[in-house]
Amino acid sequence: MKRKIENLLLEFARIHRFMMRFLREVVSPPYEFKEIIRQCYEIGWKSFPLISLTGFIVGFVFTKQSRPSLEEFGATSWLPKLISIAIVRALAPLVTALIGSGKVGSQIGAELSSMNVTEQIDAMEVSGTNPTKFLVSTRILATTTMIPVLCFYVAGIGLLGGYLSIAGKDDLSFLAFFTQVFEAIAAKDIFAMVLRAVVFGFTIGFTSSYIGYYSSKGTEGVGKAANAAVVASMFLVFIEELLIVQILSLVG
Amino acid sequence: MEKSKANINYDDVVIHVDKVSKSFGDLHVLRDVDLKLYNRENLVVLGRSGTGKSVLIKLISGLLNPDRGDITVLGEVVNRLTDKELRALRQRIGFSFQNSALYDSMTVRENLEFPLVRNKRNLSRAEIDREVEEVLEGVGLSRAINQMPSELSGGQRKRIGIARTLILRPDIMLYDEPTAGLDPITCLDINSLINEVQERYNTSSIIITHDLACAKMIGDRMVMLLDGKFERQGSFAEIFDTDDERVRPFYDYNFIV
Ligand SMILES: Nc1ncnc2c1ncn2[C@@H]1O[C@H](COP(=O)(O)OP(=O)(O)OP(=O)(O)O)[C@@H](O)[C@H]1O
Ligand SMILES: [Mg+2]
Repeated sequence: MKRKIENLLLEFARIHRFMMRFLREVVSPPYEFKEIIRQCYEIGWKSFPLISLTGFIVGFVFTKQSRPSLEEFGATSWLPKLISIAIVRALAPLVTALIGSGKVGSQIGAELSSMNVTEQIDAMEVSGTNPTKFLVSTRILATTTMIPVLCFYVAGIGLLGGYLSIAGKDDLSFLAFFTQVFEAIAAKDIFAMVLRAVVFGFTIGFTSSYIGYYSSKGTEGVGKAANAAVVASMFLVFIEELLIVQILSLVG
Repeated sequence: MEKSKANINYDDVVIHVDKVSKSFGDLHVLRDVDLKLYNRENLVVLGRSGTGKSVLIKLISGLLNPDRGDITVLGEVVNRLTDKELRALRQRIGFSFQNSALYDSMTVRENLEFPLVRNKRNLSRAEIDREVEEVLEGVGLSRAINQMPSELSGGQRKRIGIARTLILRPDIMLYDEPTAGLDPITCLDINSLINEVQERYNTSSIIITHDLACAKMIGDRMVMLLDGKFERQGSFAEIFDTDDERVRPFYDYNFIV
């Protein structure tokens, strides 16, 4: 028991050190622009097909499922408003973060842990390159910027899915739909969406890098790290969602 | 095939490991270890698996920190340097890893360029290409330049790993089991490569190995790590002139069995 608490505290200390190292490396030159761009491509661009499909389906299905309950009150004309608020405030950031945890988190976890296992990280270190800067900071920056970008895209494609679902039943023009959408969402909703996406993006990048970087040696460590990166990222995303909802409702 | 020691400068200590201890939890790997490496010397480190040979050279290159004692490399105390000073010193130390540690997301060319591009940012494209081609030719693998590490054999990977450390023209080379897992002919190739490197670039080296033929061919002096200490050292003949049961099997296995 005492041993367990001790280990937990040591783990927290290590996480804290990792965070401090990241913060120090991120602000100090030279900046790794080329590698950041490459990671944005790996993390953002390569997630597009998967995220397009998921975003579209979520918007489409959510709209379809919401229709019956609005129909009871004869209020189907509210559908555009309902789905735009639901998508922007909750669905887009969450869906992006969960898909991101699964795809990007496992990728980063596996990459860094296999580099750790095969001593590539040590090799980088002894050849005069700072691995925290080159491998970790770039990935965290890439997820922190790409998850918000993907989130906007998911919101757009989710709304498109919603529109197609509505247009299948009602006679509603594309323009009329989006006019209602923009009436329904306020600037603070967009702000809240970006805030969530940035927090989630950072969480995914930081968590999976940390887990990969400190994975246990041995090849089974790689699979474990990929798995742990996904589980931990998803878990933290939900906890953060809970906190953000509370905080935002306090602020108004 | 034993080599001449004419070039060694015994007045110039390039690595001094001074009463260094290192443990991991309850596992005491190194206890008050002392070791010196002289300029232009090839020092072979022998020892059973798990005795801490890799830990020793990781301490020397600053990848690990000693619990006690000091390690001086080229006049600087490794365990007291700032990150920046350590990075500068590391450009003068080449580290050839036990399993080559090639970056497997990069081609051979990118692997070799990496230390150069990262440390000498003012080099032109043509200069980089020339350096890469030169070291690659030095290890006899020019045709592999555009291959991925996964497409190479173990021996080829070892040689690319050595080439990657040579590209910064280090003063000291640390080889972690350079011939492990290779066939005898490839072992001979790697051994001659290590000797060539020393002659061409005037390096001083520490070579970790289980392979006594390799030790005999390239070592000027040998030390054996036994129970966390260097108890035996000397020439090949001196090391094995003993009945110590911890030492005999090394010789017997290689030359008698
Ligand atoms: N980072 C580490 N954390 C914990 N224990 C370690 C670490 N590095 C090495 N050890 C332990 O230290 C001991 C010595 O390891 P080392 O890798 O130096 O052995 P070695 O002499 O190189 O063996 P081999 O010939 O098999 O390569 C081993 O028992 C190993 O488990
Ligand atoms: Mg070893």
